[in-house]
Amino acid sequence: MDSGSIAQRLAKKQKEISVSEFFERNKHILGFDSPTRALITSVKEGVDNSLDVCEEAEILPEVFVQIKRVGRDEFRIVIEDNGPGIVKKQVPHIFGRLLYGSRFHSLRQTRGQQGLGISAAVMYAQLTTGKPSLIRSKVRHRDVAYEVELILDTKKNRPRIIRQDFVVWEKECGTRVELQVRGRYIVGKQSVFEYLKSTAIVNPHARLTFKDPDGRTYVFERASDILPPKTEEIKPHPQGIELGTLLKMAKETKSYKMTAFLQKEFSRISSRVAKETLDKADVPRERVPKRLTLEEAKRILQVVNKIKIMAPPTDCLSPIGERLIKKGLKNVLGDQRPEFYCPPVTREPTVFAGNPFQVEVGIVYGGNLPQDKPIDILRYANRVPLLYQQGACAMASAVEKVDWRRYGLEQRGGHGVPFGPAIVLVHFASTKVPYTSESKEAIANIPKIVKELENGLRVCGRKLGTHMKRKAKKAKTREKFDIVQKILPEIAEKSSKIVKKDVPDIRKTITKIMNVVWIDEEVVFEKRRHKVTVKIYNYTPKGQKLNLHVVVPPEHFDSNTCDPKPKEIKEDGRITWELKRVPSTEIGYATFELFGMDEDEYDETELYISGISPTSVVGAEPLPGDWDLRVKPPTVEEITEEETEEELDYDEVEEELVDEDDEVDGAREEASSAG
Amino acid sequence: MKTMKLTELEKRHHRPVEKLYELAEEVYNQLDSGKIPNMKIPLRTKSNIRFVASKGVWKYGAQMGTRSAKKLRGAYMLLRTMYMLDFIKEMIEKNKSSTLREMYYISEAWDMAKFSSQDESNHLAEDLEILTMCMREDLKLRPEEDGARVMGNLTLREQNRKGEKKKINCRDDVGDSGYGIPYNVEKDKIELLDADANFVIAMETGGMFDRLIENGFDEKARCVLVHLKGQPARSTRRFVKRLNEELKLPIVVFTDGDPWSFRIYASVAYGAIKTAHISEYLATPTALFCGITATDILNYELPTDKLNNQDIKALESELTDPRFKDRFWKDEIETMLRIKKKAEQQALAKYGLDYVTDTYLPEKLSEIGIEA
Repeated sequence: MDSGSIAQRLAKKQKEISVSEFFERNKHILGFDSPTRALITSVKEGVDNSLDVCEEAEILPEVFVQIKRVGRDEFRIVIEDNGPGIVKKQVPHIFGRLLYGSRFHSLRQTRGQQGLGISAAVMYAQLTTGKPSLIRSKVRHRDVAYEVELILDTKKNRPRIIRQDFVVWEKECGTRVELQVRGRYIVGKQSVFEYLKSTAIVNPHARLTFKDPDGRTYVFERASDILPPKTEEIKPHPQGIELGTLLKMAKETKSYKMTAFLQKEFSRISSRVAKETLDKADVPRERVPKRLTLEEAKRILQVVNKIKIMAPPTDCLSPIGERLIKKGLKNVLGDQRPEFYCPPVTREPTVFAGNPFQVEVGIVYGGNLPQDKPIDILRYANRVPLLYQQGACAMASAVEKVDWRRYGLEQRGGHGVPFGPAIVLVHFASTKVPYTSESKEAIANIPKIVKELENGLRVCGRKLGTHMKRKAKKAKTREKFDIVQKILPEIAEKSSKIVKKDVPDIRKTITKIMNVVWIDEEVVFEKRRHKVTVKIYNYTPKGQKLNLHVVVPPEHFDSNTCDPKPKEIKEDGRITWELKRVPSTEIGYATFELFGMDEDEYDETELYISGISPTSVVGAEPLPGDWDLRVKPPTVEEITEEETEEELDYDEVEEELVDEDDEVDGAREEASSAG
Repeated sequence: MKTMKLTELEKRHHRPVEKLYELAEEVYNQLDSGKIPNMKIPLRTKSNIRFVASKGVWKYGAQMGTRSAKKLRGAYMLLRTMYMLDFIKEMIEKNKSSTLREMYYISEAWDMAKFSSQDESNHLAEDLEILTMCMREDLKLRPEEDGARVMGNLTLREQNRKGEKKKINCRDDVGDSGYGIPYNVEKDKIELLDADANFVIAMETGGMFDRLIENGFDEKARCVLVHLKGQPARSTRRFVKRLNEELKLPIVVFTDGDPWSFRIYASVAYGAIKTAHISEYLATPTALFCGITATDILNYELPTDKLNNQDIKALESELTDPRFKDRFWKDEIETMLRIKKKAEQQALAKYGLDYVTDTYLPEKLSEIGIEA
């Protein structure tokens, strides 16, 4: 057989490669490789779409998900939203055609990107159960909803309508999808429930309802009534754009001059920057873009990567925001009673390969979270939870690279996933998420991204570290509180009863045992205001004078409510008090009020002190050097330890006293049972 | 007669009450003058026991530990001390007494001063003995009956709880289980009258005690048999000491061959670390050890068990125990560590039931100079 006929035969075969074959071969990269995962992926594709369209239409999303068991390994998935609905003409295309969607061509932060997801789910359904999918959609101001049963013509990549109708639907608008798929329903870490729970955390504006195969209904209530700001479509940022793309754009542009082309087609290129770039790249400013040569394009790219260009606009990104991350975490994880929600971190946006991206981190610590397991990493890309392939994901790599021991978590050797009662949330927002594959489960390990993720994790980790240090110090002091507040008064009372004398005044003894200045705050929520009282307990034998510094959200701070009057109030919310001397065993106060926040939005103030030896203060940190203090610090008096004589603690000197009475037998029994 | 008795009773109670008052007063005064309440107590560790030649026993040395309210545990113990003082005073005034176990349960009503274990309350009772220099019995605290037994031609007079005095011969007036040693063996309770015996043999295990009775060893060898019942209780040690001092009977200690048994002998002969403050009441410095030694294990080719980690740790600890510093003990401990084996008394049954009384004991007793 000559090579020509082989080529012809091959050509024949190549034609026959249909969409279904493509799907069958690639179902692992599309996220349908196992029955368990296929179920999650199908739900995920539907829910992602629902949330995207609701936000697009500025509707607070209300998404209903149900999984009904119809056979041993066959399930009917229902996803229903209150979105704007889809016009009749578009319905079959969106659900019955691969790679058809509204977002494929735009550079913009959305959950879905390629118009592959939901139609892939439709295809998976028909391939595994042979059942068509049912879609019902209603557009506002229409009397009826359009309902269609369809399958995908796998040869033509076109929808084939089995049945269509107009039906009455009490909903004002919305879309309902029903898919019958082969799958496996599980509970636990990688499950539909977990996916919805994770989704609820980063979408506090959405109300999610889930009915599981046993008929149980779970509702993730909305924690915020504010929709995320609408994202804008942007032009590509010049830094990191690929050569081919640049040439293609130059060919297709309507601009006649290079200067105009650069200014119009790219973001953050001003006429000054355009000229500077072209001059440095030795490309005539007046050059017609269509005539741009390969060499010239290369030089332009070299230049743009060297010169300073403003970061891409950030309004194209929709970070969740520090406030809402905390709200979302609290809303969903509240029943685990975590002891500490680290103030989340939203980093400034930055760029990789011409795409703006932004990193956000939140950490939850303690409570009922498991102590001795690796921490959970909640990974999100554009608000979509990523459940699989953690090991291959840049977000997990970044977590593993951070030395968490510094922030109070266990971690063998200072790398790897740390252990402890904690959850780390990482959100990666970008106009283009660099997934490792079409199944969109892991972000590629691009050095710049990993670095930025690490930075975000460290900033948030430091806040955890501060909390842990403060907690440890407080625990130690709390022990002393137990002594002086509970035990000592009892000893005084009991001993005076035996010797038949008046109960002695133990205040002096108390200051000797404590020998600290204890600073504590109390936050009371009343009449939509947070009333914060900072108390300074002087448990030292002498009077103490100090400066108190706090950091409050300035936009919520009511300066008229301060008592006493602060010495200094800065615009960024840093407030300084020069407090009066607090006599030994007495309490000093500083109070202020905050307004315009929900109750659970504020629970802890950053407290700092100066003008006093920080080692003798518990509950506040020494003022950091960058505070730029304009108040004259009072002279520091060291608080001296009295009675420092070295003595052996009688109750600490524990030695085996297995020597007498029945104790030896006990020890021997243990010994023999061990042996 | 009645007035005489009262004053005696008063005298006996006067000292502890005064001492208890002084302890509470000290804490009170510390608080009143703004100090951190604390008590200094001799350290009850093996590094703080010294041989007191005049008494022939080991007692606490000069190292003191401080129990201070500065620490949480110290503060709790001081509070418990106050409660216990108060409770003991009340018992003395009402002429009651309680067992150590009852003492532990009494603390249930002490709210946060409640003991977390009986070990803790026992320990504090001993602390109070040391601090007040009174015996536990003076503080109205007693252990539960221990059940240690005696068999042999020993006659004593015991006052029962009705106040009647009864003469008892520990061979003829008792059943097969022998005479039970009560928790109080002081003179007002027990008078030792006479013993037709050459020596006393004190055994660790009940099995061996019963073997010697069945073999009639008490009569054959003219000796008094005492069952130590493991690590002997204070009353057993006190009883043995009185046999030695008042009836001039040599004491022989016969135990298993393991590290824990060495300590049983030490507490009988030298004084226990835990009760070193009253060693002169409890220890019998002339008591002799007859076995089973590590050397016996080798010489008699006894069936053995392997030493486990705790056994080894115990032996190593004994090497730094000042009571075991002499040549004999050093050799025995090192031998046992070398062969890594231990044996029970009853392992002697390897050679038949009579072997212990016919061969082993006669040999070993003559070795240590006791005529059986």
